[in-house]
Amino acid sequence: MTLRARGLTFAWHRGAPPAVAGVDLRVGPGELVAVVGPNGAGKSTLLGLLSGWLRPAAGSVELEGRPLARWPARDRARRLALLPQDAAPLYDLTVREVVAMGRHPHRGAWAPLDARDRRVIAAVLAATDTSDLRDRPFATLSGGERQRVLLASVLAQEPAVLLLDEPTASLDLHHGVEVFRHLARAAREGTGILAVTHDLNLAALFADRILLMDRGRAVREGPPGEVLTAATLRPVYGADLAVVPHPTADRPAVLPAPEGPP
Amino acid sequence: MSRRGPVTLGLLVLLAAAVVVLAPAVGAVPLAPAEVLRALFRPEAADPVTVQIVRLRLARVVLGFLVGGGLAVAGSAFQTLLANPLATPYTLGLAAAGSFGAFLSLATSLTVALGPLGSVPAQALVWCGLEAGLLTLLARRARWGAPGLILAGVTLNFVFAAATVMLRLLADPFRLHSMDRWLLGGLDVVGWTAPAWAAGMGLPAVAVLLLSAPALDQLAFGDAVAHGRGVNVVRVRAAALLAGAWVTAACVAWTGPIAFVGLLVPHGVRLVMGPGHRLGLPAAVVTGGAFLVACDAAARTIPLLGRGAELPVGVLTALVGGPVFLLLLTGRNGRRR
Repeated sequence: MTLRARGLTFAWHRGAPPAVAGVDLRVGPGELVAVVGPNGAGKSTLLGLLSGWLRPAAGSVELEGRPLARWPARDRARRLALLPQDAAPLYDLTVREVVAMGRHPHRGAWAPLDARDRRVIAAVLAATDTSDLRDRPFATLSGGERQRVLLASVLAQEPAVLLLDEPTASLDLHHGVEVFRHLARAAREGTGILAVTHDLNLAALFADRILLMDRGRAVREGPPGEVLTAATLRPVYGADLAVVPHPTADRPAVLPAPEGPP
Repeated sequence: MSRRGPVTLGLLVLLAAAVVVLAPAVGAVPLAPAEVLRALFRPEAADPVTVQIVRLRLARVVLGFLVGGGLAVAGSAFQTLLANPLATPYTLGLAAAGSFGAFLSLATSLTVALGPLGSVPAQALVWCGLEAGLLTLLARRARWGAPGLILAGVTLNFVFAAATVMLRLLADPFRLHSMDRWLLGGLDVVGWTAPAWAAGMGLPAVAVLLLSAPALDQLAFGDAVAHGRGVNVVRVRAAALLAGAWVTAACVAWTGPIAFVGLLVPHGVRLVMGPGHRLGLPAAVVTGGAFLVACDAAARTIPLLGRGAELPVGVLTALVGGPVFLLLLTGRNGRRR
């Protein structure tokens, strides 16, 4: 198992209720795991813990069998990549420069990009359909383009496990599907992927497993068909929803369904 | 990183070298550039008086280069570390703290009581150090990010500015001129003490900043991204902030708070070289150095209403830098998000 968390617990302040409480999780090669849950469920905090950005108060995270905190930062970054929410550069960079920054853990700090770096950059640009944007300033891209470029930049790290926080936030339906299609493709090529998302339907369509969180706890984990049921979702999200079979895929779909007349 | 980057950096280095070598020609007694070159490189063949003049002026030029370069590289680093394009080396209140120390020395007879420790540069350094220490302590306790640090820095800035005004009000009127003069910032030093101290203190910290450049590139994308890419964010941040504060203190202590170099030069360099720090920070050093030396040379040639005094270089950097910076800002606006 590439990334494994046991009993993860974390509180932002001493005495505060834990933002994450006793969560177990594993991400293996080629798996696409989605973490879903309402606002404030502790999804982003969980991602912070899994990436080593936050230190758990209790529990452990292991990367390739070794505690995360014991990995030298650079070695860790070659195996475990993180795309946080709202990542944006402070200065004007071109798309290619943004993607090239993902090679950081593989390069000598002062070495120019070598042939292998350039090959990887070209490959991830192609894989995310952003080759044509190569010379565009990042700041001029649309939301969907940006997200694909950021995805390319973390794929350029060639990670064994990729963690993403809301990769489809603020994207329209089509671009959301597109991002998850790229994620599924990276998973097919062997990368373990864990994506925190609000979009239950994208999770249902693309994830191999879904972890449902509520108030810091893991409510349920399993294949979409097991987790996304009305009985499981209603206590977490409230009663105003219905779960129906997806019309074209063998997966569930979640619809808003107000109890009273709308 | 563009392919042109190293070439541009090379050109900037050459330009800076030319400014440094030719700046001693300018002053109350103008010298021909050829005379300056001879005095610098073949002093035995030059007029002894010219050699003396050139050596005196060179000390000032070297100090100008060190301070200009130091402020510019510190400004570049602070803009990235504080994730704010308007950050300067003074944003965290260092100039105000240094000025308070200098005023303490100028307004009282601290030098008599404490000896060299009571001198203006020593007091400026001490108070910069105290301010930076206090800020570090508070930032640790409250786990501030960039916005918290900026707010606290600006607050301390106001506190020290108010204390400085108090000192000014309480001071003997005969001392006011030197106090006000200090606030404007200037390179009017005699001899090699100031440049030697500024170099000894500042250069190691500049080296720390230059070595942090690859990590600063990643930090410009946010702490979480940098962490994910294998940067030891806490360590790099602490080292670079401390080094930036140290360089700033070393500069302010010897010349007073010279304005705009630390804001304008980093932006100018980014416009020419792009936003990367590996070439951008060295470019900021040479450009900032050359800019301040050139401004000082210009200031020395502008007679101040026949009073025989020189225009303080801090006034000129602000007068030249302000409008140029406004132009840059309006030009950049279209490119910003």
